[in-house]
Amino acid sequence: MFDQTRVTKATGLFLFWATMWARAYPRMVGALRERSWMFFETLLPVLAVSGYVFLYRAINAPPEYTGFAVLGGAMTAFWLNVLWSMASQLYWDKDQGNLEMYVVAPGPLMAVLLGMAVGGLLMTTTRATVIIVVCSLLFGVTYQITDPLLLAAVFIVTMAALYGMGMLFASVFLIAGREAWHLSNLLQEPIYLASGFYFPVKALGFWVATFASIIPLTLGLDAMRQLIFSGDPTIGFLPATVELAILLVLAVVFIAAAYFALSKLEQVGRQQGRLVERRR
Amino acid sequence: MTISQRILDLPLVRRSDALRTFVVATWLGWQIESNWADPFLFAVYSIVRPLAGVLILVVMYAVITASAFEDPTFAYIYVGNALYILVGMVITGVSWAIIDDREHYRVAKNIFTAPLNGYTYLFGRGVARLIIGSVSVLITLGFGIFFFGLPIRLSAIDWPLLLVSSVLGLTALACLGLIMGAWTLTMARHFWSVGDAVAGAMYLFSGAIFPLSVLPGWLRWIGFLLPVTYWLEAMRRALLGDEVASFDTLAFLSNQALVAILAGFAVVLFVVSAYFYRWALHTSKEKGLLDMESGY
Repeated sequence: MFDQTRVTKATGLFLFWATMWARAYPRMVGALRERSWMFFETLLPVLAVSGYVFLYRAINAPPEYTGFAVLGGAMTAFWLNVLWSMASQLYWDKDQGNLEMYVVAPGPLMAVLLGMAVGGLLMTTTRATVIIVVCSLLFGVTYQITDPLLLAAVFIVTMAALYGMGMLFASVFLIAGREAWHLSNLLQEPIYLASGFYFPVKALGFWVATFASIIPLTLGLDAMRQLIFSGDPTIGFLPATVELAILLVLAVVFIAAAYFALSKLEQVGRQQGRLVERRR
Repeated sequence: MTISQRILDLPLVRRSDALRTFVVATWLGWQIESNWADPFLFAVYSIVRPLAGVLILVVMYAVITASAFEDPTFAYIYVGNALYILVGMVITGVSWAIIDDREHYRVAKNIFTAPLNGYTYLFGRGVARLIIGSVSVLITLGFGIFFFGLPIRLSAIDWPLLLVSSVLGLTALACLGLIMGAWTLTMARHFWSVGDAVAGAMYLFSGAIFPLSVLPGWLRWIGFLLPVTYWLEAMRRALLGDEVASFDTLAFLSNQALVAILAGFAVVLFVVSAYFYRWALHTSKEKGLLDMESGY
């Protein structure tokens, strides 16, 4: 009558792994299924980058500044992804009724967040690549990569720190309730400014650049610029290797903080019965 | 008694369905935009973002020119970017009103099937964003005068040109916003990005932060087809007076010519937006898009 085949129950690390990929899957598949999104999600950054490139041309900036603007414009894709698809995601999930399913399912919430990060990172890397290629062709940007291995390491660690920060923000934004939308809006231009998305962050002065370094893209972008546009060694805020070390620390701190924040949120939410409350 | 109730009690407003809808929609838009936070937090939110946007350009300019803020080019860039806040707010504002009503609050079908004037309803929602944007523009300009010595002096402002070009330019912008909003009504996908894409394109082609002469020749003509190009030029001339940077692309136009062009755009866009709205509403009803929820 009944199929006697036992279904292997995922536990421990395998459960974590399976949950992570289960959450990453819709993002990766969604990116391929709705290819037309690619048009808008690359068109808008390309327009913004073009504006900044033409501004630099209007004030007779050296040619490498075109490259700075292009790289910064591509990196905005990651920051926007972290804000709208990581930080705000648990709030959206609560709004649509998915959060309670995440909580009652046996998979760890941390794996759900990591899955969001992995899926978002893969999806956004494609878009950032398209932005760089299109803008480089349009504006004739040339690259001079001195140390590809160090560049790859900087990119990977920057993304780990950035998405770790996004995972931490997810809990914070969930508490913020409907202000999450406005928080995400608020954290766009001010972060583009403080992190030096379109100019070397060194221009903001030592203390501003130091405080802005809490955002992983500040140091990540600065290091990448030094490694990609090696023509001017004075553009960097700190040496690229030092920035890589700081980014490593940031990655560990953010991921650990995200774990503790999520545990606390879940515990308090369950105790007070407010985890899925939709009045806020 | 709230301000909106006082306005609604005015005899002229009481007699007109369109005006009543407009006033209520403006008040509704203001509440939606502002009531999510206490007034202080809302004020910070309304100021910080546009200021950061303009400061990005200031730093870019300062890095390259060694902070030559007294150069007329700086005032050109700063004022253009500050005024463009309004363009972004109005162009995207009506689209977002549709998205909010349809997807978030799920009341679009109630609103657009009720016996109200939908055109003035959307106009009112756009005006609410315009009010918030205007405050941001004033603060951004004040910041520029105070910190970067922007050469705007009350005694030197060409007030008639400022007033006329503001009214005509903002009317044209509001009608463009309405066209975007009406277009959103007919869309099942990508409606999130339409307003931003159009505003982004206008930012690039209207010479908001650089003269049109910097654009390649084959792109420059797009700028001449946009009302924003002429509005920004007229506003710069009105605000900066003799200190305005003059570039070949628009210098040949007199102030009167700019006003005439803006008037032409305002009239044409008003007529087009009214007809386009009627067509879009009909189409969205025909296709069953009025109460569509994409779940995004």
